[in-house]
Amino acid sequence: MALTENDLRRLARLARIRVEDDETAPLLAQMSGILGLIDQLQAVDTRGVEPLSHALELQQRLRQDTVTEIDRREQFQAVAPQVEAGLYLVPKVIE
Amino acid sequence: MEWEVVIGLETHAQLATHSKIFSGASTAFGAVPNAQACAVDLALPGVLPVLNRAAVEHAIRFGLAVGGEVAARSVFARKNYFYPDLPKGYQISQFEIPVVSGGQIFIERDGVDTAIRLTRAHLEEDAGKSLHEDFHGLSGIDLNRAGTPLLEIVSEPDMRSAAEAVAYARILHRLVTWIGICDGNMQEGSFRCDANVSVRPKGQQAFGTRCEIKNLNSFRFMEKAIEYEIRRQIEWIESGGTVVQETRLYDPDRDETRPMRSKEDAQDYRYFPDPDLLPLCIDAPWIDRVRESLPELPEAMRGRFVADFGLSPYDAGVLTASYDLAQYFLALMADVAGEAKLCANWVSGELAAALHRDGLEVRQSRISPVQLAGLLRRIQDGTVSGKMAKEIFDALWNEGGDADAIIASKGLQQISDVSALEKIVEELMAAHPDQVAEYRSGKEKVFGFFVGRAMKASGGRANPAQLNAILKARLAG
Repeated sequence: MALTENDLRRLARLARIRVEDDETAPLLAQMSGILGLIDQLQAVDTRGVEPLSHALELQQRLRQDTVTEIDRREQFQAVAPQVEAGLYLVPKVIE
Repeated sequence: MEWEVVIGLETHAQLATHSKIFSGASTAFGAVPNAQACAVDLALPGVLPVLNRAAVEHAIRFGLAVGGEVAARSVFARKNYFYPDLPKGYQISQFEIPVVSGGQIFIERDGVDTAIRLTRAHLEEDAGKSLHEDFHGLSGIDLNRAGTPLLEIVSEPDMRSAAEAVAYARILHRLVTWIGICDGNMQEGSFRCDANVSVRPKGQQAFGTRCEIKNLNSFRFMEKAIEYEIRRQIEWIESGGTVVQETRLYDPDRDETRPMRSKEDAQDYRYFPDPDLLPLCIDAPWIDRVRESLPELPEAMRGRFVADFGLSPYDAGVLTASYDLAQYFLALMADVAGEAKLCANWVSGELAAALHRDGLEVRQSRISPVQLAGLLRRIQDGTVSGKMAKEIFDALWNEGGDADAIIASKGLQQISDVSALEKIVEELMAAHPDQVAEYRSGKEKVFGFFVGRAMKASGGRANPAQLNAILKARLAG
């Protein structure tokens, strides 16, 4: 599968990664290489093989529904860049 | 052109657990901001999610209640997007293999029970809340809600009008509260719906392009929003436009929907299995245990009320409108044997009206089933008339106590003593010889005059049936 520069820019935007103009060519080459490997994997006949969702052949452990956490807001907010009235402050976001 | 409306709903039901779906922080509503946001909810480095058993059990309950299939093995996936109220940069949800598949909900269409098919129901975590006011150009983030367990219930596009969508949502709401997996509080956001709405020329197979209306958190707004959206799409198409797939928000103040984001910048969530969570395995014995713990479901109970108690389907429907109301009725029935219609009338009449008037829920009722039973027994045995019973009901509601004490203290016993009633009638006839003569000459309308006067003379306490019989006999001469 060939990756275009548009694909790359779109992926970068979705992942919130800034890509400079002089980085696009080497990145495109590297990512196309990775997709090439995936093409090889795609060629393997997987009929009859169950899809893998986790590398470990274990199942999820469950916890009892009890409240175990105490309020540690003071400590958590001590390392936050900006807080007010108990809220974490972030650059304005309105959709 | 005649148009057909096509609607599917996605409903987020907040699961009634004490702690969050992947952390041990409390889910209680109304705490001060961020007091219930722990390290896992904040996505601090090095933390791992651990799944809450109760959230899974609630999902199983739902799957069984709608006749869906509970997956022996389901998978959690990461739904990736950036927003400050989602600290991890992804929401843990389920994508390819949800915990529940299929099932159905029945609504009434043209008087016939019609199945609305469910596509799936999956477990996921809620996000936090963004507050956009008052922070000098910044947004405030409260992460108390982050990680609250949700069951997202997705229907097939089987509804054909706004009214049907609301009927479906109401029945779903009754079900999730009935089986105890959600408190159903729509003001607090515990039950919220997104509606996918499209229109197509009647008879056409292919669906039209749909728009999604987000965050409908009242039944009334849901109906108005969908009706607006249907009108908008039809008018737009008839004037030559093409509907574009987009997400819209309903503005109740202006009664219209407005675009939120369009398909061009539609999110690509890049789902993939969450490596922090192993597959969720639910074995058959667990499912069996949950099945045994399910209460009788509302439709089954409604049928039983009709078949066993001889109630009309309408009355049975009113009494099974909520789990608490049905339980109240059953408790009352246990105390007032064999009087289903009487119990039904009082629960759906006086009691419902009093609750509504004072803005109370059934469980907050100021009259317990035991108290009401005490009153209904006095109606049953003829001690009080229906009219007096309403007076006693009000006294019970406002002052508490029990019916017998109120009847005694207010002297409200019905007069069923034949000699006492005869005495009243005789005095009345002696005082009104002209009216007696009129009656006997064939003017039977005068009968009402005597009933009114006799009732007044008895202080409203005369047993009406007995009074009528005595009056008829005496007036006949």
